[in-house]
Amino acid sequence: MMQVLFSFKAERTFAMRSRMETPTRNKPVEARQNVVILFAGDSGDGIQLTGSQFTDTNALFGNDVSTFPNYPAEIRAPQGTLAGVSGYQLHFGSVEIFTPGDQCDVLVVMNAAALKANLSKLKPGGTIIANTDGFDKKNLRLAGYIDEADPLTDGSLVNFLLHSVDITKLTRTALEDTTLGMKEKDRCKNMFVLGFINWMYSRENALTEAFLDRKFGKKPEVLEANRRALVAGYNYGETSETFTMRFEVKAAPMPKGTYRSITGNQGTALGLIAGAQKAKLDLFYGSYPITPASEILHELSKHKNFGVITFQAEDEIAAISSAIGASYGGAIGITASSGPGIALKTEAMGLAFMLEIPLVIVNVQRGGPSTGLPTRTEQADLWQAVLGRNGEAPIPVIAASTPIDCFDMAFEAVQLAIEHMTPVILLTDGYIANGSEPWRFPSSKDLPEIKPPHIQARKNGDPFLPYLRDERGVRPWALPGQAGLQHRIGGIEKQDKTGNISYDPENHEKMVRLRAEKVARIADRYKPIRLDSGPTEGELLVVGWGSTYGAIRTAALQLQAEGMTVAHVHLRHLFPFNKGLGPLLKKYKKVLVPEMNSGQLRQMLRAEFLVDAQGLNKIQGMPFTSEEIKTAIIDLLKS
Amino acid sequence: MSTVNDITPSEKIDFSSDQEVRWCPGCGDYSILKQVQTVLEQSGKKKEDVVFISGIGCSSRFPYYLDTFGLHSIHGRAPAIVSGLRSVRPELSVWMITGDGDALSIGGNHIIHLLRRNVDVNVLLFNNEIYGLTKGQYSPTSPEGVVTRSTPMGSTDHRFNPLALVKGADGTFIARSMDRDPKHMREVLARADAHRGTSLVEIYQNCNVFNDGAFEVFTDKASKPANTLFVEHGKPLLFADGTKGICIKEMKPHIIDIGPEFSPDDCWIHDERDNFKASVLVRMFDDTHREGAFPRPFGVFFVHDRPTHETKLQAQVTKAKEVKGLGDLDALLKGAHTWTIK
Repeated sequence: MMQVLFSFKAERTFAMRSRMETPTRNKPVEARQNVVILFAGDSGDGIQLTGSQFTDTNALFGNDVSTFPNYPAEIRAPQGTLAGVSGYQLHFGSVEIFTPGDQCDVLVVMNAAALKANLSKLKPGGTIIANTDGFDKKNLRLAGYIDEADPLTDGSLVNFLLHSVDITKLTRTALEDTTLGMKEKDRCKNMFVLGFINWMYSRENALTEAFLDRKFGKKPEVLEANRRALVAGYNYGETSETFTMRFEVKAAPMPKGTYRSITGNQGTALGLIAGAQKAKLDLFYGSYPITPASEILHELSKHKNFGVITFQAEDEIAAISSAIGASYGGAIGITASSGPGIALKTEAMGLAFMLEIPLVIVNVQRGGPSTGLPTRTEQADLWQAVLGRNGEAPIPVIAASTPIDCFDMAFEAVQLAIEHMTPVILLTDGYIANGSEPWRFPSSKDLPEIKPPHIQARKNGDPFLPYLRDERGVRPWALPGQAGLQHRIGGIEKQDKTGNISYDPENHEKMVRLRAEKVARIADRYKPIRLDSGPTEGELLVVGWGSTYGAIRTAALQLQAEGMTVAHVHLRHLFPFNKGLGPLLKKYKKVLVPEMNSGQLRQMLRAEFLVDAQGLNKIQGMPFTSEEIKTAIIDLLKS
Repeated sequence: MSTVNDITPSEKIDFSSDQEVRWCPGCGDYSILKQVQTVLEQSGKKKEDVVFISGIGCSSRFPYYLDTFGLHSIHGRAPAIVSGLRSVRPELSVWMITGDGDALSIGGNHIIHLLRRNVDVNVLLFNNEIYGLTKGQYSPTSPEGVVTRSTPMGSTDHRFNPLALVKGADGTFIARSMDRDPKHMREVLARADAHRGTSLVEIYQNCNVFNDGAFEVFTDKASKPANTLFVEHGKPLLFADGTKGICIKEMKPHIIDIGPEFSPDDCWIHDERDNFKASVLVRMFDDTHREGAFPRPFGVFFVHDRPTHETKLQAQVTKAKEVKGLGDLDALLKGAHTWTIK
């Protein structure tokens, strides 16, 4: 256990140095292949900003990165309590990174509650950097340490490398000659931490300095204070005698190209815009704010110059209904929400299905049921998506597996909706929606054109048949304003071809079958099914979907390296399934389906393919670790 | 999309569709359908530029009977569908057909937001004070105490005053008419159509099967004069064949007898632009059996010019294109910060 005592000498040195550009580097540097670091503190401590800035710095340097922000549902939960702890986990490396990491190498905690909530995530022997000011009696009591016993001094952390640093005091000292109040000074603590971590991992402050310039350009005093705290943190690492070593994580062998950082929700928003652009349609987004889907609304509302209209509706029902109205008018109508909001949209999804008009519904899943765990992740809305409507109303369901994949799948959702005249449900979840990774973004010319099944206006008086289908079962998209194409449609059962109201029994059965067939035929356009990794036949196939991708991939690759015949396939199309899935499942003796639910995909696979699929199910609002998946694979192989 | 707009109207355009009308014989809806068709014919609109959107209920079958674009949607949600449609197609003529249950019960949340946003649509609210399609339960406009199939001991619900609700939501065109007065209805509908913004017309419509005679006191020749007040912009508020009038004293309306003591000049002169007077008019909602009851007003109560929601939305799109330039997809995908691996 190490204890850092603040020396007067160090204080002076760093106060002087904080005005200098870059200090000299004279401490030894040790290389690391990959590092998992978790920043944790009160939800008002600026943890998310610290984490995202360090992420951007590493990404810019050339590391592969994966992040997992984890914050409380309350905006300002009671200070110092476990409920108020906000965390940001970052995994960066000189190798390919697929997850935010199972366990942390470094835990940075701003108070006692942050330590208590996250200590179990730290590897044995891992490093703790603790803000001593956050371990006073009050904080210890709030965090629930019995008898206010201070873990920083009572020896309980003997199995870890502990650095106790009075970050609050150091920050205040660095800012002592500014005119800011104590509260404002203390708000710069996160920049001190960031500066220190930048030093520890041999990174420059430059990216964050540029960020601060943009953010606080209009408040020179606040800008100066943040910059100073950042430099002070950096210099502290340099001058403090307790930190004898720095680390370096070299750039990863990433494919050549230009990258940016992207979160899943950003990816979704961009994919939707790209789809609308490639279809040459305006985009209408009807939405009601909900965690964790609101960022899609925020992002889309910035891009009105792409013909994007965002409509913050009075409720979830109006959100989807307005999107249906917009699609009826010829735009691509889109709505997004999370579980409870999706439940409210159910009836309108049935209408869109019945009208056979394009519509994209995004469900950024969170822990359920009901209000559930708003800021936690889960995959428990699969059945809701596939089955959750009255009558037989099959809607294509697709799922994104990573933040980047959110872009691809959002684009595909738009494509399927428009080209097949159907609502499409895209499932993402809170884990990938808020997580970020480096993205070698595509060029617009590499994205396919999307072709709406428009129809010419007519003057000859020939009757127009709104439900006359083409060879794929798709009806034409006739728009108000087109002469000679006036027609009436609605949610009532309609006569084949004419769309007029019909209660004829045989017509109803025919229409139910025609609509189902149209959706089933979407599988005709899928690319052949492809394994993510592993042998094309053998002992065991892991079937995943959605955000479990990184953990499963990591586990599968490691076990393959150990010589096990384990393969991994990750499903993007959950309804209808890829036609190659059934034959693929038969090529393995065992099938394992890890899901963050009680086994929804597993039951669908069993029902559809009569395969004895086994489940690995975690319902804790937290993603799988790759270790959990590895263990399950090994256990199933042994059984 | 390719739009053909060069059809010349050959004499009169017939707006009726080829579908058989399936309301009960004697239903007030027939009269409303006829007046709407007439107003459309007289408006010179092209059929393809007109869209009717409805919810669920007897009235909501309306779109099937017009040779325009029509969308028979789900219960209560027509205002939201209209809002989305108009956001992307502000040039169309959009009409919304709804009833007292559709608009004020299941769709109550949507209608108030449609009104406050001032989406440009003509809303025809068929009020028959009963649920007809579900065979006779009370509606949010049914009088308290009414005995229906779902209220054998009488309804316990206080009822909505629909136009007071519309006023409360800052509706910009507020009017009332009735199925038994075709000429009045045509005039009001034409005015509603001319207004830019949400034009809400409440139409008293008789359900001769489940609630026959609900509005008889206003439509019957004998009782109509004493119980109805037809307001006209710039004219005094007179009723009972001109023998009675309404004046305003100390912020309150009073009934006065026209004769030696009071002349029409003493009456309140109707001003559609007067916000205060409109609030008083919509509140004239007395039980007609009450002693000294105010007559029920009909006509256009209030007109207010306020920019429509879709105009403001489209203006933001236009401005964004001016300021930022037409969206460049590659620039969007690239974002603000990139790095290159060589």
